[in-house]
Amino acid sequence: MKWSDMLFPSALILGILVLWEAFVRVMNIPAFILPPPSAIGFCAVIKAPLIWPHALTTALEIILGIVIALGTAIPLAIFMFARPGIEKGLSPFLVASQAVPVFALAPLLVIWLGYGIWSKVFMAWVIIFFPITVSLLSGLKSCDPDFRRLFTLMGAGFWMKLRLLYWPWALPQFFSGLKVGVTVATIGAVIGEWVGAQKGLGYLMIQSNARLNTELVFACILWLSAMGLGLWALVGFAEKRIMTWKNNSFIKRKDKQ
Amino acid sequence: MLEVQGLAKSFGLQAIFKNFSLYLPQGRFTVLVGPSGCGKSTLFDCLTGMVCPDQGRIVWQGNATAHLGGVAAYMQQKDMLLPWLTLGENALLPVQAKPRALKNMKQAKEKLARIFEKIGLTGFQTHYPDQVSGGMRQRCALARTLMFDRDLVLLDEPLSALDAITRRELQGLLLMLQKEFGKTVLMITHDIEEALTLADDIILLGSAPMAILERFQPRASKPRDFSLPEFMDIKARILSRLLTEKEKIQG
Repeated sequence: MKWSDMLFPSALILGILVLWEAFVRVMNIPAFILPPPSAIGFCAVIKAPLIWPHALTTALEIILGIVIALGTAIPLAIFMFARPGIEKGLSPFLVASQAVPVFALAPLLVIWLGYGIWSKVFMAWVIIFFPITVSLLSGLKSCDPDFRRLFTLMGAGFWMKLRLLYWPWALPQFFSGLKVGVTVATIGAVIGEWVGAQKGLGYLMIQSNARLNTELVFACILWLSAMGLGLWALVGFAEKRIMTWKNNSFIKRKDKQ
Repeated sequence: MLEVQGLAKSFGLQAIFKNFSLYLPQGRFTVLVGPSGCGKSTLFDCLTGMVCPDQGRIVWQGNATAHLGGVAAYMQQKDMLLPWLTLGENALLPVQAKPRALKNMKQAKEKLARIFEKIGLTGFQTHYPDQVSGGMRQRCALARTLMFDRDLVLLDEPLSALDAITRRELQGLLLMLQKEFGKTVLMITHDIEEALTLADDIILLGSAPMAILERFQPRASKPRDFSLPEFMDIKARILSRLLTEKEKIQG
């Protein structure tokens, strides 16, 4: 992104913060109802030693959730792609599973998996699993049949086609699903922590909320957003590193102009 | 040699061909010419396994097969280069896609270097498809077709998306390569002059249902001179038959 592209969003955010700050100060709103952004920023920094271990726990839950989701969604998507009959049988269940409000499951998960990280990992997994499976499957299915014919004529079997053709073909869609997944994964982990936990940013938020320490609640939200953005950027970085040909065509187009 | 015996295919009530047979002698360049919509593409779909024929057999070297996967090399109008591979990697795909191919990789690379030199792609191995022109991409597709290393080559209007000059160039290359590698070639084209330039046998197809109307075997040796009366004659005959066929479809 160029600096000029950053200018407008930065100015917008700065404007909102300034308005917020002015509003709180002019209206004399108590900090436990709405703290000014300056106080939140200050709190997020000086309370870092308190927040850090909780953030680490939440991050661990999210990352485990992502890793397990990748480890299950990728084989399932490939399996459904390889066996269209199974896809027909399974996809109603996949869709129906999304109709279940997963957040309503959170209390049950605490009963089943305890107050430790695993109930939260499970929540994160449930949320990420679906977009990855669906995006990868539709990416695999979007492969041009003419290419499939070409590879069949080359004598390639299914796994060879998967490696050389379907998988790279599906990567752009896979990554857009993964990007959606990792940003919402935070929600799953935090709600899991709200319901019952001993550690984590969600736990810290609930504790601070009960004590009307609103600044700390906002500071936690700030940290969570930063984590979400960080994950998003990480996936974006991986995407650029893996799909280098996209960068090539980009350079080419710029050269032409 | 390739034999197609009694092939039949219909979509719904419309019969594309019934009892269609074709015989391709070894080492010859056969070109199919016919009005558009006559079923040439469906025939290629049957040969390549995209479509399952209702009846009939495909026989290669005396053995009946369901389709020509693993037997024939294939090239079509679209270059079908994968955008994430370089030209060199794309052309090597037929070698890479075969099981247990890796031990042949070194030889394959040497062969590819020779082919790239012949068709004027040396120095472009590491370019990506969208960094080169359409003519270059189609040359690369041609190189890939040769890297299949098969005795039978199916060409589905391979040059029709190119401009006239590039097409002429690539026709020359096709001729040279067929002579050098001694392939049996089956090609579809709409371009009668292209057929006359390349073919040992020209098969004129009629439509609804598809059937062989006439066979031509131009006698002059290649490369050919179009001003010969033989060519003018064949061209005129093909054109007039095609026009009648077209009227039949529209009529």
